Amino acid sequence: MLQLRTDDDTLVVSVVGDLDMVVAKEFRETVDSYLFNHQWIKHLMVDLSGVNFMDSSGLGVILGRYKLMRNRGGQMALCGVNDGVYRVLELSGVKKLMVILRTAEEKAQ
Amino acid sequence: MYKDNVVKLELKSIGENVAIARMTLGSFLMMYDVSLSELDEIKIALSEAVSNSIIHGYGNHEDGVVRIIFAVQNDELTICVEDDGVGISNIEQAMEPAFSTKMEHMGLGFVFMQTFMDKLMVESEIGVGTRVTMQKALLNQEASEPQAM
Repeated sequence: MLQLRTDDDTLVVSVVGDLDMVVAKEFRETVDSYLFNHQWIKHLMVDLSGVNFMDSSGLGVILGRYKLMRNRGGQMALCGVNDGVYRVLELSGVKKLMVILRTAEEKAQ
Repeated sequence: MYKDNVVKLELKSIGENVAIARMTLGSFLMMYDVSLSELDEIKIALSEAVSNSIIHGYGNHEDGVVRIIFAVQNDELTICVEDDGVGISNIEQAMEPAFSTKMEHMGLGFVFMQTFMDKLMVESEIGVGTRVTMQKALLNQEASEPQAM
């Protein structure tokens, strides 16, 4: 399940559920359509605090949106990332590309 | 020694069934001493194999069948995922990191299977299908602890 809201020129997408091929497709279609219809949005924040599982389909959609935001001259960040999801981001090298706030770090702040 | 067990699943090639495969694996492994992080990793390996069958084997056509076997024998987990899809023309190339025939696919499926499992074997024949077999030793912590007298 996805929830979208805007905060100034940032689109905040909250994902709830397993980020696998099914949710990745929903994410791609929903977010791309929203961004296409709201050209003033420059940045994308993805809240993964409701995600306990992510595979390479989830990674693919995150990387694809990262490229999209970069092409728009904006940035992308992830928040609410748990240990399991972080491990996948780390292994794939995606963690070097964007700001990632882990669940534990957010709790500490 | 853990108790040996076998579960066989047959799933229609729709994306929603990848979650059902993962849930069944989670239930199957409940009787074994698998840590949560290890369970997450095994689930990722399974998810990659089943997604590959649906996306690449059947080209997202929903009329295919994916057969899955979970087995534990002699403290070793074996997961077998089989489809009757198009097959892989070059297995070595398909297993290379970042190789993918599809847009927005990172080509990390086989990398994750190799990373998270101890052994990975891929057999494929064009027009016949693909079988992925993965194995992982299950550490029996109870057996390694000294017994109280």
